[in-house]
Amino acid sequence: MIEAAALTKLYGKARVVDEASLTLASPGVTAIIGPNGAGKSTLLSMIARLLPIDGGRALIDGLDVTRTRGDELAKRISILKQENGLMARLTARDLIGFGRFPHSKGRLTPTDYEKIEEALTFLDLLPFADRFLDEMSGGQRQRAFVAMVLAQDTRAILLDEPLNNLDMRHAVAMMRLMRRAADELGKIVVVVLHDINFACAYADRIIAMQGGRIVVDGPVEEVVSEETIEAVFGLPVMVRDVEGQRTCLFRA
Amino acid sequence: MADVAKPANGETLRDREHRSGRRVAWPTSRQMLALLAILALASCLVFMTVGVRGNWGFVLQLRAPKLLAMIVVGHAIALSTVTLQTLAGNRILAPSIMGFDSLYILIQTLMVFLAGTALAMAIDPIALFIAETAVMVLFALTLYGKLLGGATRDLHRLLLVGVILGVFFRSTASFLQRLLDPNAFLVLQDTFYASFNTVRSDLLLIAAVLIGIVTAIFWRLVPQFDVLSLGRDTATSLGVDSTRLTRISLGLIAVLVSVSVALVGPLTFFGLLVASLAVVLVGSRRHAETILAASLIAVICLVGGQTVLERVFQFDTALGIVIEFFGGIAFIAIILKRGFT
Repeated sequence: MIEAAALTKLYGKARVVDEASLTLASPGVTAIIGPNGAGKSTLLSMIARLLPIDGGRALIDGLDVTRTRGDELAKRISILKQENGLMARLTARDLIGFGRFPHSKGRLTPTDYEKIEEALTFLDLLPFADRFLDEMSGGQRQRAFVAMVLAQDTRAILLDEPLNNLDMRHAVAMMRLMRRAADELGKIVVVVLHDINFACAYADRIIAMQGGRIVVDGPVEEVVSEETIEAVFGLPVMVRDVEGQRTCLFRA
Repeated sequence: MADVAKPANGETLRDREHRSGRRVAWPTSRQMLALLAILALASCLVFMTVGVRGNWGFVLQLRAPKLLAMIVVGHAIALSTVTLQTLAGNRILAPSIMGFDSLYILIQTLMVFLAGTALAMAIDPIALFIAETAVMVLFALTLYGKLLGGATRDLHRLLLVGVILGVFFRSTASFLQRLLDPNAFLVLQDTFYASFNTVRSDLLLIAAVLIGIVTAIFWRLVPQFDVLSLGRDTATSLGVDSTRLTRISLGLIAVLVSVSVALVGPLTFFGLLVASLAVVLVGSRRHAETILAASLIAVICLVGGQTVLERVFQFDTALGIVIEFFGGIAFIAIILKRGFT
């Protein structure tokens, strides 16, 4: 369960995130959309304690993220950010093993090895398990990082633009995976997305942000309408149902 | 999968060797560590026994403190460099390059300067050393805590700030040294230049104990260092309190630097040399292995180098210079090879 109450982040006088409140209690995929600089990543980072909070609070399962021990939170929430500066040369299996750190503190138990294998299988990484990350393609590497997050086995999973650098095929595969994580494993998945159509196709709920504020929050059909998207992105768009799938196109 | 269709992309070194029919048996990290341990032990034995004439008891008593000092200093430099590199998020920095050594020399100078000649001559060297180390820990935490604990740890900025701080500390220290009474200057003089012949044997015992304690604490933190090498955000997400880890480690590194500078004087590039060699030989996957390898390499370099210089070339003072020469070349090579990225 993720609760954010009036979360605020200031950079100087600029309110990058301005009193954003949200509650995510049940399994599902929630997409956060919005123009660049709307504060999407900052909001996620504050909820996951990667950035200090300037106002409001964030609670994970009722625990205040600024006051709870890091290793306690790491069993409840995980986050994957875009850039990952690795210092060590690791294989995919090594990396995924680090996902077990909150549970085993570096000494892997048989349960941990099972979880690592599960994550490898879930992401179709078994053939590449012992390859070094720098010898993998961008898509494989991205999947390895997601596998690490899954191995961490937290109920809440936050992903900051997980589709970056992925082609259409891998992006669809990644979103299907998010869907399965929510449906089969009961995870609360929150993803920052730039492509509204991916949000339409795979999310249960969409949160739209603009200028640091949450402007709309609701199911796909409600949020993705011409008026709302135009207001959020400041761009005229067409919203159509194509063979039952809500679709949003920009007007050329 | 489409990914399988491009084998060249995911080919491992082993595949490549296999394909080319050239099987280079690169030893595993454990074998490499065993090999390094044997070499280190051998250099210690040779150092203690070569060219002994006359009374063994006397010779061993003369050489043992020197050997112990080299082991303590080598390990201190190796441990502080490998851990600082992970904290800083790159493998080009070392405590000495960040100005830690110069800071300690400044503190030493300042203590003697403020205490005055009479007191400086009279004060117990162990008490003075402990006081200097305590001040060093305090200063290192305030000066470098912000720099390394912040969200942005840009390499260029760290390197630049380190160089500037280093020059600043060194020039301030040498300015103060000029103002010193010649007698007080004598107290300090030994510590300004790296030398393994004028080891401060009075500090050896306390130094060894301190290093033992610091190593034990670092040993408990090693799993967290492994996680930290995934990047600060990922480490936080995995439950490592990176701010706390940075703080504790900076304090410990300050102690390590104090010990090595107090015992033999500053060695700028030695840490970088042994840490880079360790990463090449055993990789950087597990800090336990990297640190152990770096320490063993440091002992081999110091003890082996000192033996060769003393017994073969009959030089007595040049080890520091030789080490700095090779370390400096390694530093330039690393920077050129990485293209500063």
